[in-house]
Amino acid sequence: MIEKSKDELLYDHNKDGVDRRGFLKCMAWAGTGALCVMQGGVLKSYSLSQMSQMDGKMGMGELSFVQISDSHMGFNKAANPDVVGTLKAAVEKINGLPIAPEFMLHTGDISHLSKPEEFDTVDQILKSAAPKDVFFVPGEHDLLNDDGKQYLERYGKGTKGAGWYSFDKKGVHFIGLVNVLNLKAGGLGTLGAEQLEWLENDVKHLQHSTPIVVFAHIPLWSVYPEWGWGTEDSAQALGYLKKFGSVTVLNGHIHQTMQKVEGKVTFHTAASTAFPQPQPGKADSPGPMKVPAEQLKSLLGITDVKYVRGQHALSVVDSTLG
Amino acid sequence: MIRIRVWIAGLAVVMVATALFAGSPSVAAKPQQATPASAEVKIDNFSFGPGSLTVPVGTTVTWTNRDDIPHTVVSTEGAFKSKVLDTDEKFSFTFSKAGTFPYFCSIHPKMTGKVVVQ
Repeated sequence: MIEKSKDELLYDHNKDGVDRRGFLKCMAWAGTGALCVMQGGVLKSYSLSQMSQMDGKMGMGELSFVQISDSHMGFNKAANPDVVGTLKAAVEKINGLPIAPEFMLHTGDISHLSKPEEFDTVDQILKSAAPKDVFFVPGEHDLLNDDGKQYLERYGKGTKGAGWYSFDKKGVHFIGLVNVLNLKAGGLGTLGAEQLEWLENDVKHLQHSTPIVVFAHIPLWSVYPEWGWGTEDSAQALGYLKKFGSVTVLNGHIHQTMQKVEGKVTFHTAASTAFPQPQPGKADSPGPMKVPAEQLKSLLGITDVKYVRGQHALSVVDSTLG
Repeated sequence: MIRIRVWIAGLAVVMVATALFAGSPSVAAKPQQATPASAEVKIDNFSFGPGSLTVPVGTTVTWTNRDDIPHTVVSTEGAFKSKVLDTDEKFSFTFSKAGTFPYFCSIHPKMTGKVVVQ
């Protein structure tokens, strides 16, 4: 077992599921990496520096996969003039993980301007990653000028509608959603009636014990609506998932790691591989955040996720690129 | 009421243009092509400035994206729609009818603005 130390957080998850102090502390660690795992109804958090103290059991499990996000290929401004280099660094990080992930999720903004050569470059770089399968959902930067036609041609084989789909891996049900199309003036991300109906039917016949992983670009929880960091109809989508004992929601878009637990649902946003964005409300706008060059890699990263049968929640570990 | 005002405004423009270019026959022959009105909207920090712009009919409005992130300029009611604008790229539209034209950035829909054409 893991030794208790001052870095370990414990709170009774059954009481309210959202211990504010615990949550904030978990968030504070997000920049350097944190592991939050449910054990016997209690959420435990460990900083990444403690990982070496673990007995390895935590790292084992039925399924391991990795999430990357917001590679923004084509971006070349001061916040990161070398997004090729940082995506390559993310791939190296993935290839160096102690337990090889079986596949990757990319939660959108693959490209910066939806240019064919931007997608080509990302595809080429990801070929050198150890996991060969990559499951994508689009970000708003991937659907520019053509309402997502090119995206669907490249990444949408076998998907429904604007590119949503589901698949099963080792007993875990994965659902990729699209919330970046048909956005309304003044509004947030949108799933839309057609996709919601599909989702309801997709999960209807699953057993309650099936672990669910939902991934989409814009957060499916209200991170900061003033900057559009939320999804209009996410409550309806999450309503269809209420019956399940373990739901993990993985998003990108906000270029920083954040985690929140609400009942049986764990929400997590991944870092970008390209450039950081400011904390909610801490700048005039959510535009790219310029940091000293030597700090950049500490604000970019990947997210490693593991499923261990018998544990309530999947473990989600962020690690930075430098 | 509005139509009459617009007509009078239009007439005034023609008269002024005619007077201005009276000494130049080649231009005076086409007074309606006198220097058209123009106005600018800058995109900075995920917002349109000015957020509300009032212009006379016939004005060409040019939007310039000065952010490090691409934006679009899309009429809420379908009157106009830009391609995606990368940093320093521009989009122009000439408003030939009076009315209020709300618009937004279709990538960042929290960004909204309007052009009032009189």
